[in-house]
Amino acid sequence: MPMLRIRGLTHYFGGLRAVHDFHLDLEPGELVGIIGPNGAGKTTVFNLITGVYRPTEGEILFNGHNLVGKRSDQIVSLGIARTFQTIRLFKNLSVLDNVRIAHFARASYGVLTAVFRLPKYVREEAETRERALELLELMGLSEQATWVASSLPYGLQRRLEIARALATEPRLLLLDEPAAGMNPGEIAELMELIQWIRQRFDLTIVLIEHQMRVVMGICERIKVLDFGETIAEGTPVEIQNNPRVIEAYLGEEAVV
Amino acid sequence: MKRPSLSFLSRVLAPLRAAYESLPPPVRRWTTPMLLAVFFVIALFSPSFINLYWQQVLIYVGINIILTASLNLVNGYMGEFSVGHAGFMAVGAYVASILTVWVFPRWGLGEYVPYLFPLALLIGGLAAGLTGLVIAFPSFRTRGDYLAIVTLAWNMIVKSVLENIDAIGGPRGFMGMQKLTSVAWVYVWVIITIYLLRNLVYSNFGRGTLSIREDEIASSLVSVDTRKVKITVFVVAAFFAGIAGGLFAHIIQFINPRSFSILKSTDVLVMVYLGGIGSLGGSILGATVYTVLLELLRPLQVWRWVVGPLLLVLLMIFRPYGIMGMREWRFLIPPEERVETVAALMERIRRKREAVAAPAPAGGSSG
Amino acid sequence: MQTLVQQVLNALQLGSVYALIALGYTMVYGIITLINFAHGDIFMVSTYVAFFVGTALMSQLLRLPGIVVFVLTVLAAMFATALLAVLIERFAYKPLRQAPRVSAVITALGVGLFLENFTLATIGPDPRFLPKFFPVVTFTMGGVAFSNIQIIIIAVSAVVMLLLDTIVRRTMVGMAMRAVSWDKFTAPLMGVPVDRIISITFAIGASIAAIGGTLFGMVYTVDPYMGIRIGWWAFISAVVGGIGNIRGAMIGGYILGFVEIFTPVILPASTYRDFVAFSLLLVLLIFRPYGILGRPVAQKV
Ligand SMILES: Nc1ncnc2c1ncn2[C@@H]1O[C@H](COP(=O)(O)OP(=O)(O)OP(=O)(O)O)[C@@H](O)[C@H]1O
Ligand SMILES: [Mg+2]
Repeated sequence: MPMLRIRGLTHYFGGLRAVHDFHLDLEPGELVGIIGPNGAGKTTVFNLITGVYRPTEGEILFNGHNLVGKRSDQIVSLGIARTFQTIRLFKNLSVLDNVRIAHFARASYGVLTAVFRLPKYVREEAETRERALELLELMGLSEQATWVASSLPYGLQRRLEIARALATEPRLLLLDEPAAGMNPGEIAELMELIQWIRQRFDLTIVLIEHQMRVVMGICERIKVLDFGETIAEGTPVEIQNNPRVIEAYLGEEAVV
Repeated sequence: MKRPSLSFLSRVLAPLRAAYESLPPPVRRWTTPMLLAVFFVIALFSPSFINLYWQQVLIYVGINIILTASLNLVNGYMGEFSVGHAGFMAVGAYVASILTVWVFPRWGLGEYVPYLFPLALLIGGLAAGLTGLVIAFPSFRTRGDYLAIVTLAWNMIVKSVLENIDAIGGPRGFMGMQKLTSVAWVYVWVIITIYLLRNLVYSNFGRGTLSIREDEIASSLVSVDTRKVKITVFVVAAFFAGIAGGLFAHIIQFINPRSFSILKSTDVLVMVYLGGIGSLGGSILGATVYTVLLELLRPLQVWRWVVGPLLLVLLMIFRPYGIMGMREWRFLIPPEERVETVAALMERIRRKREAVAAPAPAGGSSG
Repeated sequence: MQTLVQQVLNALQLGSVYALIALGYTMVYGIITLINFAHGDIFMVSTYVAFFVGTALMSQLLRLPGIVVFVLTVLAAMFATALLAVLIERFAYKPLRQAPRVSAVITALGVGLFLENFTLATIGPDPRFLPKFFPVVTFTMGGVAFSNIQIIIIAVSAVVMLLLDTIVRRTMVGMAMRAVSWDKFTAPLMGVPVDRIISITFAIGASIAAIGGTLFGMVYTVDPYMGIRIGWWAFISAVVGGIGNIRGAMIGGYILGFVEIFTPVILPASTYRDFVAFSLLLVLLIFRPYGILGRPVAQKV
């Protein structure tokens, strides 16, 4: 039984078929890439897995739980975390708070415990604070813990988004174009980081990326989407030599 | 969002701050509680040295602080735009009044009413809190301007329902309340409100609330149960509005549905945005400045209602974040949340970890 | 049966006025997503302009025919109100276009209160009557009595609405308006003068409210609070129809007109009016959060 099992996933936006008959089986520990031209439906697949949209058709099973119809926060609590193609940090909040918010589902105290500052609240808050700071330290954001998130340089904002996702303690991490807008030096750092967190937190990762260097460099298996259809699947070498993939990309380049 | 600087205020307060910093830590820890106690004693004896008019102004200031701080939770911290706060205030005012005027005396508790006053307020607040659900449930699906309209409709509905219940006076209003609200009582309720709201704001729920303001979708994607947060926020805000309503009813001793119209809600909105969103200190300032200002403008008669809105417009144009937008007074931040405490904790964690293992690649250096 | 027809006419008359005002709310919202809470008070100011101009022109010295006075009054009210709205946009709203959205909404509330209280302070709270431009003629048909004024109100409103609908759908200005409302950021790249289009939108919205204001003043009294009283109802009309949607505002206006007239018919105490209207609004927003013709905005993730 795979960790994540997606069968016949299809999604329409009105008349537009954004994803069609998408399949995916993920074994624990895998690092799988999804590539495809703009508008291929990659982000939509993430949105369907994480409950942002409800699929028109298809089933998504995660460790035996059916995810279709669940709210996003419930899905995240089951152990799936994600980042966003365009950074979506809580801009006006501190770096520490950004990470602590991701502890929401794990806090067990109620409103009354909080407002009256009962011992349980004090204890859990101290624990949350410490764990969040530990994670920030580990991710190399210790100096910036009290900064406002929007004041971080771009590369660190990306890093914070990953840290925030990790704070939900996921088993499966979905990264949506983490290298977007980065320079070659930052990209190399990012690749190293992805592999490091994968080891350190024992993660299964799905990675959407336009930077071929990243995908070909670290993914074991790649799926290629075009106009919502899966047009190829295989190892990086297989994908690089697949005529349909080349056509899809050449077709795009001709337009650009 | 860019934050306005508070240079003027901080310069004025700098000497005080310096004096405070020079105190030994144990003294410092007890400074705030001691000051609060001293002010309580002053409030308790205020009737003997403050005239009735200024007592009344102080009471309104207090009531407005409660209203403003609680509305700030919804509008400032959660980033929704509620324009119906007076609706909740009305529920609290009528329920508390009915208790002290009818229910308690009918149970033969007539002479204990002054002692039962807090209980009446509490029940009024709970009733108002319950009605907070009326807004909380629609807020799951409806947001932004449309939720604002829902709150507006709510305010109008409450007013209209009250106008149609003849038993409680209908449009003529309800009276017979004793003058139970005193400066000391209001002071106590203000302290309770601010303290409880502060604790809420610096908890899991408070952070969830802020995250909804910042980005609701991202917040649910980092495990925040936004429904739970919304219910909490609307119920808590409505609860305190209800308390304020009860206090209000027992100072003017006569309430009618018109006292809780959309104009009242607008007043509270003005105080929230004057003081600044996402700030309890701002709520205290906003409510105080606005209430006192309107009193000082009293000689202008009708024209003061012209000056008020004009000031509001100018404020929004030249200082759209209010006096304290998203900043907080230091003493309102729990000690363990202050920047230096967090920094110290971070330092400890770093040393502990450095002794054990390496951090993530390429980290730390870029700050 | 006769009273029913009678009431339908009354509802159409009131609904026309609501619809005319609702258009101003909806147009401004459509173009800059601002709930212009001052619009009700702009309407109120327009009725005062109509009152003063109309009274002056009706004086015995001029001896102008009623129809000329009526037209001149409407034009004066339209012009003055449009100017007011454009000034408000220029000095109160425009500086806030980059600011958080609530700042602009609060400003609108402030401007509305300012207009209302300024009128109260300068002109006073007493209700006023517009002069009679025309002698009231009452017709009776099959037992149903209706006046020429009633017909004028319903007909003029309908013509104005048809005209506006055509402007928005067929003309360059209308196209530019739709372009700005669709995408504020690309519209200027296509050569659309955004600032001017926004000003034009405010001007059109306000002049339509002024037409509504003059018509309203011909049958009801004029006072400083009418901006709130009538404005809120018109605002609800816009929301019920789907704020931002012009045809929605028209439909919403008539719906609210019918609600207002028929609530007292069905429920004895007329004080239930507000209750019914706002409950309707609440229920509608819960089940159809974007109004009758409104479309939800897509949230891209
Ligand atoms: N909320 C939405 N409403 C309507 N259409 C949408 C929505 N989100 C995405 N689409 C459309 O669905 C298609 C797939 O979009 P998606 O964002 O999944 O593409 P993508 O593969 O992530 O592209 P990119 O590389 O540009 O990020 C596109 O045509 C897009 O315009
Ligand atoms: Mg994408």
